[in-house]
Amino acid sequence: MTVAAAELARVPPRSGLWHFVRRNPTLVGGLVVLALIALAALIAPLIAGDPIAAKPVNRLRPPSQINWLGTDQLGRDVWARTVYGARISLLVGLSVATIAMSIGLLIGLLAGFSRTVESVVMRLMDGLMAIPAILLAIAFVSLSKASVSIVVAAIALPEIPRVVRLVRSVVLTVREQPFIEAAVASGTRLPKILRRHILPATVPPLIVQATYVAASAILIEAALSFLGAGTPPEVPTWGNMIASSRVYLGLAPWTIFGPGIALALVVLAVNLVGDGLRDRLDPRIARRM
Amino acid sequence: MGAFIIRRLLSTLLVMGLVGVFIFLLLHLSPGDPAAIIAGDNATPAQIEAIRTSLGLNDPLHVQFGRWAMRVLSGDLGISIFSNVPVATLIAQRVWPTLSLAFTTIVLAVTLALAAGVLAAWKAGSLADRLVMILSVVGFSVPVFVVGYLLIYVFAISLRWLPVQGYSPLAEGFWPWASHLILPSTALGLAYVALIARITRTAMLDVLAEDYMRTARAKGVATGPMLFKHALKSAGVPIVTVVGIGIALLIGGVVITETVFNLPGIGRLVVDAISKRDYPIIQGVILLFSGVYVIINLLVDLSYTLLDPRIRY
Repeated sequence: MTVAAAELARVPPRSGLWHFVRRNPTLVGGLVVLALIALAALIAPLIAGDPIAAKPVNRLRPPSQINWLGTDQLGRDVWARTVYGARISLLVGLSVATIAMSIGLLIGLLAGFSRTVESVVMRLMDGLMAIPAILLAIAFVSLSKASVSIVVAAIALPEIPRVVRLVRSVVLTVREQPFIEAAVASGTRLPKILRRHILPATVPPLIVQATYVAASAILIEAALSFLGAGTPPEVPTWGNMIASSRVYLGLAPWTIFGPGIALALVVLAVNLVGDGLRDRLDPRIARRM
Repeated sequence: MGAFIIRRLLSTLLVMGLVGVFIFLLLHLSPGDPAAIIAGDNATPAQIEAIRTSLGLNDPLHVQFGRWAMRVLSGDLGISIFSNVPVATLIAQRVWPTLSLAFTTIVLAVTLALAAGVLAAWKAGSLADRLVMILSVVGFSVPVFVVGYLLIYVFAISLRWLPVQGYSPLAEGFWPWASHLILPSTALGLAYVALIARITRTAMLDVLAEDYMRTARAKGVATGPMLFKHALKSAGVPIVTVVGIGIALLIGGVVITETVFNLPGIGRLVVDAISKRDYPIIQGVILLFSGVYVIINLLVDLSYTLLDPRIRY
């Protein structure tokens, strides 16, 4: 038996869960971490105490068996606040991705198929993209009373142009394919062509893009809260926690690093899922990245 | 070439015009009647109406936009509601800390990212490559303020090597200036390094696979010049593009970094304006930062021909 044949014989059958995990370490790793955090957020009341109740006697206690991550300047449990904070972060990530994808897809499809819409829309998108996302969100939030839905809208707005560009580029590529020509020649109407032939091609890149949008939305939400332009300060979000504890950095670093590590972990997990999906859905790019 | 530059300039003007429209509309949507604020608490409706007319607030929207745009073009960004000082003056007072931070960050980040990206591509598949790639994913995921507080905690509070916060002008000595910028630049530059290192690796991998690189090696070009003179220059277009796009990331980061490290720059100006709802400042700073972003990306587009003589417009 040659060496190559021996190698071949040792390769396990190409199926099963373990094979999938071996082939997609980033995707599986990211999904597992994300699932654990989502679970913790869902069952927060079971695994964490009251995130709001202040006990000034207990203020700035270091991590212990009672307060796993210590307490903050008002004596609130940092673990409980971190777990409840995951709810806001995941909610914002999910909503922003959904909103930006839906609106971006709609505009992108129209722009990809109508010259007049295209020239107007793409210039508008260029203008919108020239304003740095965080600043646009700050301006938007500062116009109204801070609430989670305003924050979601403010973060989704600057993400839309990126989605529109992506969808349009896919449409422009697919539009030139022979099967579209065939569909047009056989008298298929435009709405049906869009729905049946163009839309499916946009799905894989959109899914990948959605994960990146979610990751950036979670970061921007935390940044807005941190800067005082996000959710109201009494809501336990990671950005708010870090903002209100920052003066105690030297005394009680756990008040900052608890939510800080949670935030970094969630964004990392979502980015890993994005990289893993990109590798699976677009092998052409994956080889090079 | 000339035609391309003119076309590119025109589209830049168009984009800036659109940014202006967006920001003007934002100013209009802002709650609170400027006339009522100026008139004071005891003003009668008639007085407020008189001020509205004298300010031109009753004119059609496009007329008001035209007037506003003319003022902005002549450098007048309005007057801060809170301090009654022109916004342009406030920005000018705070420009140096921001410029210093941006300069040190870009220089540090680009140098580091190019070195890391070239190394990763040259030793593709090696441990060093894997490490660079892992660090670039992590660097892109950790928020600026978390890195910032970690750096302050380790290097300023625990080790006491560097100052915790604040800014020292360059005029008062190089080391005080630099020592106040090391930690902020590191925190701010991390995501930028990750972004550029990634694209450098990808672009370099493409170039290194080209035939002319094999020729260069075969005729005996040393590794260093081969990588940095021949390959990196050919890989320049995508890298410079990302350096330009990444400026948006950097601008958002500047606002956060200045808050974490208490640097009295333009970012702090806008953050302080948020809590006071000082809209003219918010609008002025957004306009300025968007302008910087658009101009940098214009320069990036124009630099393509310098980097790659094959590109002709």
